[in-house]
Amino acid sequence: MTGNNSSTAAQTPAATEVASPSKGRRPWYTRMTQESIVLLLATIMFIGFSISLNNFFTSGNVITLLRSVSVLGMLGLGMAITVIGRGVDLTMVATMVVGIVWALKLHDAGLSFNMALLAACGFAIVVGLIIGIIVAFAEIPAVFTTLALGPVIFGIGNFAFFTEDTHNAPTDVEWLRNLGFDRILGVPVSLYIFALLAVLVWGFLRFTRAGRSVYAIGDNMLAARHTGFPVRPLIVSKYVISALIAVIVGLIVVATNSGINTRLVNTTLVYDVLLVVVLGGIGLSGGRGGVRNVIVGTLFVGVLLNGMTILNLSYTTQNFIKSLVMLIALIAETLLNPRDEQTSQSGDI
Amino acid sequence: MKKVLLSLAVLAATTVSAMAQDGIENEKRAAYLDQLAGKRVVFIPMNMNADLSIAWNAYVQRQAAELGYTIDLRDPNWSTEAGARALTAAISEKPDLIVLQNPDVQSYARLISQAQNQGIKLIQLNMESLTPSDTYVGADWQGIGYAAGQEVAKHCGAPDAPSKKIAITMGVPTAPVDLFQIYGFKKALEEAGGGFEIVSQQAAAYDPSKANSITAAVLQQHSDLCAVFGIWDGMDAGAGAAVKEAGMQDSVYVVTSGGAAAASCEKIADGTYDMYISYDARKQGAALNVQVAQLLQSKTPAGQDPVVYYTPNTRLTKDTLSPSSCWSFEDLEK
Repeated sequence: MTGNNSSTAAQTPAATEVASPSKGRRPWYTRMTQESIVLLLATIMFIGFSISLNNFFTSGNVITLLRSVSVLGMLGLGMAITVIGRGVDLTMVATMVVGIVWALKLHDAGLSFNMALLAACGFAIVVGLIIGIIVAFAEIPAVFTTLALGPVIFGIGNFAFFTEDTHNAPTDVEWLRNLGFDRILGVPVSLYIFALLAVLVWGFLRFTRAGRSVYAIGDNMLAARHTGFPVRPLIVSKYVISALIAVIVGLIVVATNSGINTRLVNTTLVYDVLLVVVLGGIGLSGGRGGVRNVIVGTLFVGVLLNGMTILNLSYTTQNFIKSLVMLIALIAETLLNPRDEQTSQSGDI
Repeated sequence: MKKVLLSLAVLAATTVSAMAQDGIENEKRAAYLDQLAGKRVVFIPMNMNADLSIAWNAYVQRQAAELGYTIDLRDPNWSTEAGARALTAAISEKPDLIVLQNPDVQSYARLISQAQNQGIKLIQLNMESLTPSDTYVGADWQGIGYAAGQEVAKHCGAPDAPSKKIAITMGVPTAPVDLFQIYGFKKALEEAGGGFEIVSQQAAAYDPSKANSITAAVLQQHSDLCAVFGIWDGMDAGAGAAVKEAGMQDSVYVVTSGGAAAASCEKIADGTYDMYISYDARKQGAALNVQVAQLLQSKTPAGQDPVVYYTPNTRLTKDTLSPSSCWSFEDLEK
């Protein structure tokens, strides 16, 4: 239990520390969670870049920084829901690309863009249902199910919905252009969407019965089932939500880039999303973490990438530093919060 | 006797006129069709969803159907390993010709020489391997970079240019397509007199979203940036969007290149790309067809006489754009 975040306290039994006063209070640095370590690293980097780089600490650059990782962060929110419920959704990028490109194709064919988007959401719901049913009822581990279904989803899309890889945003949809290029009080609209989505997911996880149940399932699925939680329907709805979030993010991508390229499926984006989630401190073993962790992970990656871009470091150097810093964060967490009996028994995912 | 001669003359005249009316058979054509019919070509592109490969495939399939040879398409879907397996399988099947798109200069080098040693003719498409084969046909990457460099130098060397600062967006830093272009680009800048400053040279991994955030960050640092040069239109859509988002479309000159699919002409028309170096996929498809027909007829043993053909580049801007500058996927099926 020592590795748990405070946000899960409501679901977890009283902390062991309280139960055994003989243990005494540990020094502050051993009470640091991965979240606080990553936040600390992000802050240090932010201050470091602000001092050493011209034009880093300007409102324009900070907004650029946030905007550049907002897609990662929004996908992270969807991924977080699945991971907290002790699952994972590696199909998110495929669902996002196929769903939104299908909408673009439908619009090209004459359907109104709103109807096309509804169709895309329908597609996401079907995908989520299929994944959820396989995971919940056939009880195939989520990592294998979604790993296998990603190429299937893209294959179906590539076979039935589109053939080419470059798709432009429709030019006759005014609100889409506003979504991508307008600013309210100097802040891009896409950032407001990120904030709104974060609040919605936070509210869902924190205040709804389904949201709290996600923690229960993630923490101990068998116990949750014995207690009477509708475990299987909850697992299914978890994947429906992540698929729907994926399509919404796809819309933002289309709006901000004036189009989308299906080659996105072949990139490491979905693993970057997973990394943001894990780095922020949402353990793959499930049952802990929340929206705050996703935001911390996203900020960390954003500051790092933006700083390195401004420094004009080479691709290889960037990858090296990125991996090194992430490794440091993970090692620090393991050192400060040794794996306990519970995690070693249940393992990751 | 006279009568006989006369009737013979009449007969000859009618035969000749009859022949003239029915036309004359071109025996060379018959031989041409005869040589091509029933031949087998294996086509291994890198994938089957990029605009280029869809266009090439439409062209080669159409000619094959017309002339009676077959094209077996093997799609490795971006995987070099799957491509190597497809190539190995193709070599063991001993087709008359292999058309191969290399992902880089190295990966298939040994398999290419293996195919040639076994007497299988091989065309390399759009990316040259270190090992030459019968033909390379495809884009002139260095020339594309050079043309882009000339245009950037012209624009940013002008007295009213905001500065001589240039940002470069690459795909990955090791891809020869990228490196050839960058070499040509920098060479053109140098020849134009120098003084240009490359303030950023970053890899966006062919991802428009990454190109977008990199360009956005660079624009924050250099508000007087003169030009953005990218190596592939699919990715540079993101770079162009970042320039648009920053409200700097008037001052920042965006240069990219691609196979002239309709999606790209839309971006030229709306000002996302200021200069577009087109290596038209239709021209590439036509050139490829010539090479396929030529090699299927040729009696020269495989690999005896390697040649290259670089398809021509066209510089497209909003002003030079015409309805035929780009092609749509529907056009390919017509």
